[in-house]
Amino acid sequence: MAKRIDVSGLTAYYGSHKAIDDISMTVEPRSVTAFIGPSGCGKSTFLRTLNRMHEVTTGGRVEGKVLLDDEDLYGQGVDPVAVRRTIGMVFQRPNPFPTMSIFDNVAAGLKLNGSYKKSELGDVVEKSLKGANLWNEVKDRLNKPGSGLSGGQQQRLCIARAIAVEPQVLLMDEPCSALDPISTLAIEDLIGELKERFTIVIVTHNMQQAARVSDRTAFFNLSAVGQPGRLIEIDDTERIFSNPSVQATEDYISGRFG
Amino acid sequence: MDISTQDAPVPPPAPAPSLEQKRASRGATRPGDRVFLGLSRGSGILLLVIMAAIAGFLTYRAALAISEDEANFLTSFEWDANGTPPKFGIAVLAYGTVISSVIAMVIAVPISVGIALFITHYAPRRLGGVISYVIDLLAAVPSIVYGLWGALVLVPHLNGLYGWLDDYLGWTGVFEWQGGAARSLFTVGILLAIMILPIVTNVSREVFRQSPQMIEEAALALGATRWEVIRMSVLPFGRSGVISASMLGLGRALGETMAVATVLSPSFLINASLLDPGGGTFAQNIASKFGEATPVGRDALIASGLVLFVITLLVNGAARAIIARRKEYSGANA
Ligand SMILES: Nc1ncnc2c1ncn2[C@@H]1O[C@H](COP(=O)(O)OP(=O)(O)O)[C@@H](O)[C@H]1O
Ligand SMILES: [Mg+2]
Repeated sequence: MAKRIDVSGLTAYYGSHKAIDDISMTVEPRSVTAFIGPSGCGKSTFLRTLNRMHEVTTGGRVEGKVLLDDEDLYGQGVDPVAVRRTIGMVFQRPNPFPTMSIFDNVAAGLKLNGSYKKSELGDVVEKSLKGANLWNEVKDRLNKPGSGLSGGQQQRLCIARAIAVEPQVLLMDEPCSALDPISTLAIEDLIGELKERFTIVIVTHNMQQAARVSDRTAFFNLSAVGQPGRLIEIDDTERIFSNPSVQATEDYISGRFG
Repeated sequence: MDISTQDAPVPPPAPAPSLEQKRASRGATRPGDRVFLGLSRGSGILLLVIMAAIAGFLTYRAALAISEDEANFLTSFEWDANGTPPKFGIAVLAYGTVISSVIAMVIAVPISVGIALFITHYAPRRLGGVISYVIDLLAAVPSIVYGLWGALVLVPHLNGLYGWLDDYLGWTGVFEWQGGAARSLFTVGILLAIMILPIVTNVSREVFRQSPQMIEEAALALGATRWEVIRMSVLPFGRSGVISASMLGLGRALGETMAVATVLSPSFLINASLLDPGGGTFAQNIASKFGEATPVGRDALIASGLVLFVITLLVNGAARAIIARRKEYSGANA
C-alpha cells in the first residue's frame, strides 16, 4: 500500500513567477519525510506538485518528473483526478466538509471512488477513525456534523478521511500549526503509527516536530525574496540535526538564520 | 457606533488634557450622539407607524368589501365586484398567481444555478465577466418591455413548443392544447422565468463565488472531478443562498403586473390545461380592473392584494424554515 516517490528536475510556476526550481529527491516507502525551511521557500508548492494539486491554482504550471514507483504522474494521458485518489492530502487548517456528518466525511472519498459495498462502508469508516485515533471520541455521534468537533479532532477527522481510501502516499502540509500542543502530540503519535502503512511527507515549521516524527528531512531555502525556492539538502533526520553537510542548513536549524 | 456606551459610567475627571480628549472621543455624552440616537430611533418608530397605518387602512377597506361580498371570497370563481350586489372571489387569481410563479421557478432556478456555476467554476474569467454583464443588462429591462416582447415575439413563436407538448404530454391533460393563441398561464410562466433569471443568477453567483476555497480543495484532494467538487462543497454551501435567491425571484414573479397583463388573455376560469388561454393573477387583475372600479370594486381589489401579500409572507416563512432546518450543517460555521 505504500510506494516510492522519485522526483527529478521539478520546477513549478505561478503564472510567470517561478516558485521552486529544479528539485530532485527520492522518498522511500513507509517512511516519514519532513520538509523544513523558511516561509515562502516553496514547501507547500512542492508538496502540492506531488499530487497534482498545484495545477488547480490559476496559473499553476509544472515542469519535470514525479515518478510514483515507475509511473510518471505528469506523463501523457495521466488523469490528475486519479492521481489525487492515490495520493492523499491533509491541509494546514482542518477542512472537514461542513455540510456532512462525521460518518459522511470519512466515507466521502470512498463514495467518489464508487468502488465500495454499502455493507462495507461502516467497517471502513470505523477502521479509518480508529486509524486516526478518533473513534472513541466520536463513535456515539457519527451522524453529527464534523464542524462541531475541536480543531485537533477535526484534523484527525481529515486524516481519517484521507486514509479511508487507502492511499499510496499521505501528504501533510503543516498539519499541526493550527492546533494546541496536546492535539499536536496526538497527531505526531498518529504519524508514527501511520508510517507502518503509508509513505508520509510532512511540511512543518517546527524543528522539534521534524526531529521527533521524521526519518528523513529535506531543507529548502531561497536566496532572496522573489527568488525561487530550492532544495538545499535531504538526509537522514538524525544527520540533518546533528551534522548537516551544508552550512545554510546548520544556520537555519540552530536559529542563526531568518 | 456603539450606542450601549451611552450608559457606561463616566470616568472621573482627569487632569491631563490628553485624557480629557480620550473621554470625549468615547462619545458617551456628546450632543452629536444624542441627536443621532434620537434621529435613528425616531425614524425607526416612524417607519413602524407608517407600516401599521397602511396595513390598518388596507385591512379596513378589505374588510368593508368582504362584508358586502355575496359570493365566497376565498372559493368563488366569479369577479363581479362592481355589480349590485357585489360578487367576487379570489380562487382563480390565487391559482393563476401560484401556478404561473411555480412554472417560472421550475424553469428559471435550474437555469440560473447552472449559469451561476458556469460563471464561477467553469468559464474563463473574461467570458464569465461578459456573461455577467449581459445578465445585468437583462435585469435593467423594464417589465413593460418584457410584456411587449412577450406579446409580440414570444407568443407567436411558442406554437411549435405548444404543439410538441400537446403531442407528447397532451395525454396528461395538463399540456393539452386546443390550438389558440399562446396567451396562457404557461406562457406567462415562461416570460416570468426570463424576467427573474437575472436576479436569481446574480445572487447565486455571489453565493457560489464565496464558496470556501479550502473546502473545495478538500474535495479535489480526495480525487473529486470538477462536478463532484460542486456537488460536495459548492452546492451544499450555497444551498441557503440559492433558496434566498429563488425567494427574491419568486417575490418578483408573484407581484409582476404589466408583463403579465400584456401577455395573458384573462378570464375567470381555471382550465385543466396550462396551455389554454385564460386565468389571471392578483397583480394583473388589479391593474386591469382598477381604472373602472366602483368604490366597492376598489375595496375588493384591495382585499385581493392583501391575499397576495399573505401568500408572499407564507412563501418567505416557508423558505426561512427550510434554511433554518439544517442550520448546524450550513457552511456558515466552516
Ligand atoms: N496562489 C499563489 N499564487 C501566486 N503565488 C503563490 C501562490 N501561493 C504561493 N505563491 C508563492 O510561491 C512561493 C512559495 O510559496 P509556498 O509554497 O506557500 O511557501 P511555503 O509553504 O514554504 O511557505 C512564494 O513566493 C509565494 O509567494
Ligand atoms: Mg506553506
